[in-house]
Parts: sequence; C-alpha cells; structure tokens
Amino acid sequence: MNRIHRGMALALVAVVGVSACRKSPETVATPTDTTPPPPAETCDAACRQRRADSAAAANAARDRAAADAAERARLAAIESARNTLQATIYFDYDAADIRGDARSSLDAKLPILRANAGLQLRISGHADERGSDQYNDALGQSRAAAAKRYLTDNGVDAARITIVSYGEQRPATSGSDESAWSRNRRAEFEITAGGTNIVPPQ
Amino acid sequence: MRLSVQRPGALVLIAALAFVLRGVVAHAQDPAPPVRIGLTYAPGTKPGVLVLPVNGDNGDSVRAILQRDLDFGDRVNVIATESIAMDSMSDGSRGQFNYPLYSRLGAAAMVQVTATGSALHVAVHDVRTQKVERVKDFSLAAAPLSPDWRQQVHAISDAIELWLSGVRGIAATRILYSSGGRVWQIDSDGANALPLTDGSPPAFYPAWHPKATHVAYAAMTEDGMRVYVKEMGPSGGGATRPLVARVPAGSMNNSPTFSPDGETILYAHGQENGTEIFAVPTFGNIAPRRITVSRGFISVSPSYSPDGRRIVYASNKAGGLALYVADADGTNAEALTPFNYGDRTQRTDPSWSPDSRFIAFQAEMDGATQIYTVRPGENRGAPKQYTNQGRNEDPSWSPDSRHLVFTTNRSGSWQLWILDIESGRTRQLTRAANGARAGAWSPRLVSHQ
Repeated sequence: MNRIHRGMALALVAVVGVSACRKSPETVATPTDTTPPPPAETCDAACRQRRADSAAAANAARDRAAADAAERARLAAIESARNTLQATIYFDYDAADIRGDARSSLDAKLPILRANAGLQLRISGHADERGSDQYNDALGQSRAAAAKRYLTDNGVDAARITIVSYGEQRPATSGSDESAWSRNRRAEFEITAGGTNIVPPQ
Repeated sequence: MRLSVQRPGALVLIAALAFVLRGVVAHAQDPAPPVRIGLTYAPGTKPGVLVLPVNGDNGDSVRAILQRDLDFGDRVNVIATESIAMDSMSDGSRGQFNYPLYSRLGAAAMVQVTATGSALHVAVHDVRTQKVERVKDFSLAAAPLSPDWRQQVHAISDAIELWLSGVRGIAATRILYSSGGRVWQIDSDGANALPLTDGSPPAFYPAWHPKATHVAYAAMTEDGMRVYVKEMGPSGGGATRPLVARVPAGSMNNSPTFSPDGETILYAHGQENGTEIFAVPTFGNIAPRRITVSRGFISVSPSYSPDGRRIVYASNKAGGLALYVADADGTNAEALTPFNYGDRTQRTDPSWSPDSRFIAFQAEMDGATQIYTVRPGENRGAPKQYTNQGRNEDPSWSPDSRHLVFTTNRSGSWQLWILDIESGRTRQLTRAANGARAGAWSPRLVSHQ
C-alpha cells in the first residue's frame, strides 16, 4: 500500500513538473525531483501517414461492412425472390382451380417476373396417388396449365413459361392419408433461365 | 378371341358336359354305377382332370406346366397327385390305365402325354367311358425349357382346355406391365419376366398390338410424356420410334391403345387447354386427329370395342370422371356411367372385353378403388363389383374374356394379380421388387389347332 502511495505521489509531481515545463520553459526543475520527464510526443511524416492509413483502413472497413451488409441484404432479397418464385402451390382433390392461397403465392411471383424479363419458369403439375395413373397425368397437366394461365393472364409472356406433368409419379411426401395427399396435389416452379442475377422488385 | 354366342359360360358347361360325360349320359339309367363322378353341371362346376406323369428328361416340367395352366384356366379342376403315387396308377406304355381309381379321385378326364423326340404325343381320355377322346402330336421346336419352348407347352395346355371345355385356354399369352420405370413382359403363369425398355426415359402404360408384333407405351422425356412404338423381335428386342414425330413441347401424351386391326392407335394428348383423345395411324407419318371434344376438361384411357367400331373412354367433361361410349371417330358419345351431382365416384381405365360383352373399369370413392364390369348395351344393368380387398386398378382382359389382370396393393406392394370373373378366384402374377402397374394382356401368342 505504501509503495502505491509513493508511486502516485511521484506521478503527480511529474505531471505538475511537465505542466509547469510547458507553461514556463525557463523554470528550473525542483531540485528534489530527479525523475526524468517523459519524451515529448512527436509525429513525423511517417507517423502522420500511419495515422492516415489507420483512419483510411477504418473507413474502408466501415465501408466494407456496409457493403457486405448491403450485399447480404441484396442476396437475401434475391434468395427471397427466388423462394417466392419457386414456392409450391396446392390444389383441392381432383381439381385444377387456383385456390385463394395459391392465388396469393402466384401474385407474389408477378412483380419478380415483371422486374426480370430474362427469368423463365418451368411449372410441373402433380397429383396425389388416388385414382387412375393416366387421369392423374392429365390432371397434373391441367394444374400446371392453370398456374401458367394465371401468370400469363396477369401480363407474363407465355413464352417464358413451359409446363410438364408428372402425375402421381413424383410425390413430395409418402403416405396414404389426407395429410400426404394434400401435399402432393401441387404445382412446382423451377427457374430455367435468368436465375443467377435476379433483380428483386422495388 | 371373339365369341359369337351370347352366353359363353353356358357354352363352356355344355361343351364340358358333351365331352366329359358323354358316357355318363349314355349310362344314366345304370342302377348302381361303380363310380359316381361328382359333376352336376351347375354354373361354376369344374370337371376333374388328371394329368399322368410325362416321360423324358423334361417330363416333370411338361406335366407341371400343363397342370398349372389348366388350373389357372379356371375351367377344370386339376387333381393334384404326386408323380410317385401316379406311377403306381398307370402303365401307359402298355395301354393299361386304372380308370376306376381316376374316377374315385374325381377325374372326369385324364391327360396322357408321351415325349417322342422333339414332340409331345397327347391323348385325352374320358374316364367314364374309358376311351381316348382326342389325340394329337405337338411339335416342340424350341430349345427345351427356353421361354419359347414354354410358350409351346402353354399352347398345348390351351388346346387341351379347348378339347375339355370348348374354349381355348389363355396360357400361351404374356402380360405387359411397368415396373421401376421400365416396360416388362411376363408369361401368363408368372415366369420369364423380361424388361423391354432400359428405363431411360422412364416408361409406362404399355399396350399390345393385336398381333403382338409391336407394343406401344408412354415415356417421360425432358419435354413431357411421349408415346413410342416398339417392334417385338426375338427376346423382346426391336426398333423403337416415337408415335408422332413432332409433339408440342410440354404436352402430355399417354394411354396408347391399338385398334383391333392394329392400324390405328388412340392416345390421350394434353396441352394447356385440356386433354383430348387423338387417333393416328400406327404406321406412316400422318398427323394425329382429335376425336373428342372436352372443352378444356380431360378425356383419357380409350379402349376399342372388338369390332373396332366403338370406343370407350373416361372423361370429366360433364363434372365427375365418368365413362363414355362413342363411335370410333368420337361422334355419338353417350355416358356409360352417368355422373350424378354430388357423386364423387371416379370411374376410369375402361377395357372392352374381347367378346364385346363387358367393359371392365375401376371406380374410386374416397381412396378405395375397386374393379367393376358393366354391359355396354342398352340393358346394361348395374355395374358388378369384383374386388373389395385393398386398392384395385387398371383392369385388362385376357383373350378368353373371362380373366382380368389388374393392379392391386393387397399384398402390401403394388403388384399384378389375375381375377377369374366367373368364380372370383384371384392369383398373384408378379412379385416385382419395384412393384408392378398397368398390366396389359397379350393376344394368344402360339395357337395349336
């Protein structure tokens, strides 16, 4: 403890001494204080360059972080747009009518398609396992066609969309109950062109 | 085979009666016959038939095939007896037969087969009269035990069944089906499963040309499902070509079926405005012709009547999925199974029987699919249901119009089974690891006179 107090006292004296020195360079140092003063802070050109570099680096890092954040946001927006485009829609049993929830999903695709004229889609229609295989092929075709028709009726060029039916051959989930069947009565959307540089809608 | 009579079932029984117990009728006044053969000739009665052991290196195989074929034909009752036991019952080489014992075993007829080089000498005996009724030598030109050899033995079974019942059997036939994305063929007794396509692209819905010279099927390409026609060369080899040279991208094409003369193929073609049935010549580059008017709805799964003048198909153009009969050009369509408002039953996959008397189809209600038949004429009556176990789909008629091959999951996986519509008896045909679907029964492939 005594050592600490003595150190503090010496530091105080040194500070006073330095301060006095700056104010009155002619003042003679106190004879009792033999501690040498710290060297005066100097910053030459190299120092200033270092400081400038440091500041520039900090600014660059900040800019990079901002750019990264912006890029992440952009990629997230692209991914979101891609997910929106590829979102599956579902149908009622033995029906190819666009349901309300499917309409919302298709509506969300429209601005993305309008903002990206190079985007092309392939819509595949599917059916659940019930009923005739051959009829289900045709039902899948009708479902894919209904989804395409909704998009083209809302301004999307028909040439940008192709359709295919897989009937009941590619179920999204296995099972023989309504839970599985409802997940398999669907139309899926695959981006076939223009998917790498999607411009998210504003 | 097309029967010219209206009641082939009765014909079968009459023929069986005429042959098997000609002697019984003649001796009907006998006060106490030593052996009374248990035939009543009521509908469903099957006369007993005994097949004696067959000599030669492949005698056991010949006998096993004949017994199984006659059993699967469902017109006779094959009396199962071990060969060893049978050896003590006969000495055919000396023309001595223990008819009383055969009779006590329930046999009305006995089949005696003798291998003679590359031929089989077949004699059918009337047990009651203890006389030989039919004799014929059959050539077996193919390599013993090969698939072709087995078909030739099957054809002998069919001839024996013709002698016994008046109706040729259906053993010398094969069934097409799809499994694991390939089209396969299999003998009518479940032997010799053989892939006809390589799985790329995946192939489905096979159909036979009426002369079995070609098969048609649908395959899932990158541009959608397309119909192909394949020649049936030796061991299933042969060239394959698209049915239609230029098909719109993204269109769906399935359910091909040949006309009875083989000159035309009907198939379903779907684009963005519904699915319609089209007709196109099997051979030649002629554009398809649309024959249904579904107005944006779906028409699929056509089947010709045996005379080629009518077709039956499934359509939802009036609401629920129902069956329609029309002229072969699609005109004069009328509902075979009218759709009633609120009726959610789906009736699909019709198949017109070779004798023209029935149309088989599948009906689905709330996930349960069963096999039915209905008469196509004006007095069609109510559809008759044949299955109630598991889900049952895709019926296809045998050449004798008595059996159906269909797809069912009753065994735990989708496999082909065969149904005798007169007795209701079923048997499993396939045990494919990847399951089997969409069976199509061939015409008779070998036919001995």
